[in-house]
Amino acid sequence: MSILETDGSRLLAAVAVLLDRKGLVSDEAIRERIALTDAAEPAQGARMVARAWTDPDFRAAMLADGTQAAESLGIMMRGMPPLGVLENTAAVHHLVVCTLCSCYPRAVLGYPPFWYKSASFRARAVRNPRELLASEWKTIVPASVKLRVVDSTADYRWMVLPLRPAGTDGWDEARLAAIVREGDMIGVTCPVAA
Amino acid sequence: MCEPVDTNPHGLNDFDRRVDAVRQLLAAKKLLSVDELRRGIEAIPQAEYHRLSYYERWIRSIADNLLRTGVITEQELQSALDET
Amino acid sequence: MMFAAGDTVRVKDEWPEAAGPVHIRTPHYVRGVTGQIVRFLGDFPNPEDLAFARPAEKKPLYHVCFRTGAIWPDANPDDDVTIEIFEHWLERP
Repeated sequence: MSILETDGSRLLAAVAVLLDRKGLVSDEAIRERIALTDAAEPAQGARMVARAWTDPDFRAAMLADGTQAAESLGIMMRGMPPLGVLENTAAVHHLVVCTLCSCYPRAVLGYPPFWYKSASFRARAVRNPRELLASEWKTIVPASVKLRVVDSTADYRWMVLPLRPAGTDGWDEARLAAIVREGDMIGVTCPVAA
Repeated sequence: MCEPVDTNPHGLNDFDRRVDAVRQLLAAKKLLSVDELRRGIEAIPQAEYHRLSYYERWIRSIADNLLRTGVITEQELQSALDET
Repeated sequence: MMFAAGDTVRVKDEWPEAAGPVHIRTPHYVRGVTGQIVRFLGDFPNPEDLAFARPAEKKPLYHVCFRTGAIWPDANPDDDVTIEIFEHWLERP
């Protein structure tokens, strides 16, 4: 049996011990990194969306450079891949997938959800996206709207700027941010006025 | 692959979080690129690939790459495994 | 940079996987398919070398848009797929 076939937990423990002994990765560094990673969550992306819905200048800046726009709201982007923002309009709906692995805009949405990493989502998102959205999320993209799948294959990470739903006139940013869900920013769902 | 998508939330456990953190720390130290991680995952034989969880594939790839680049040796890894 | 926004390009119909271990970021389903350059995204180290911890030259990366009807005959012809593809995988049709 190859040493790599060792059970995952034992393999992790052994690798961590060696990296610690060599002064490369300490247990404390691991704990700090976990805390930082746990702090990234969909609420950060939702904040960007709500700001874009209420501030046209921010919206333009976000579409031009997602990384800078995120940083301007205090979101940690250092060491992260560049962030691209895909704007949904009355004519185009975007759906993000990574068919080759599981690239995800983690800086602004946190860990990718389980379904995003699944083989079935990854295959069906490119092969039959309208059927996928309708059957799994009850999201119907009207025939008059172009469905644009963005396969995240290389160095960018992509998030969707969804359409602001009807019935939200006069809402402030915090109230708007509260209705934006993880799936809305990947394109499997659309925000609704709660 | 044309099967239903499990859209239920699945939280990460401690093992998952630790593997994820180790990957990030190694990347920050330029000891492991995300492309090396992906290569290592793609190199897992098919039957095993399907048996392993997402982060079990990661730790296997991380170990594979650290051995390849000489950051750790197989002998060191074996003795560390014997200790645990 | 070889291509500009709006240029028609074809993804090379090449299969280096057949010759041995490689790491390729160009999806199988789009090899040999013709699409259009959306925009240049920047120069990034070649993942095909990075994956093997080899020195990696920076290569131009583009967002390229393909009509889904050009990939799968039964797909909605008005929909499309946009993919990041490195210049060395693109050619003029």
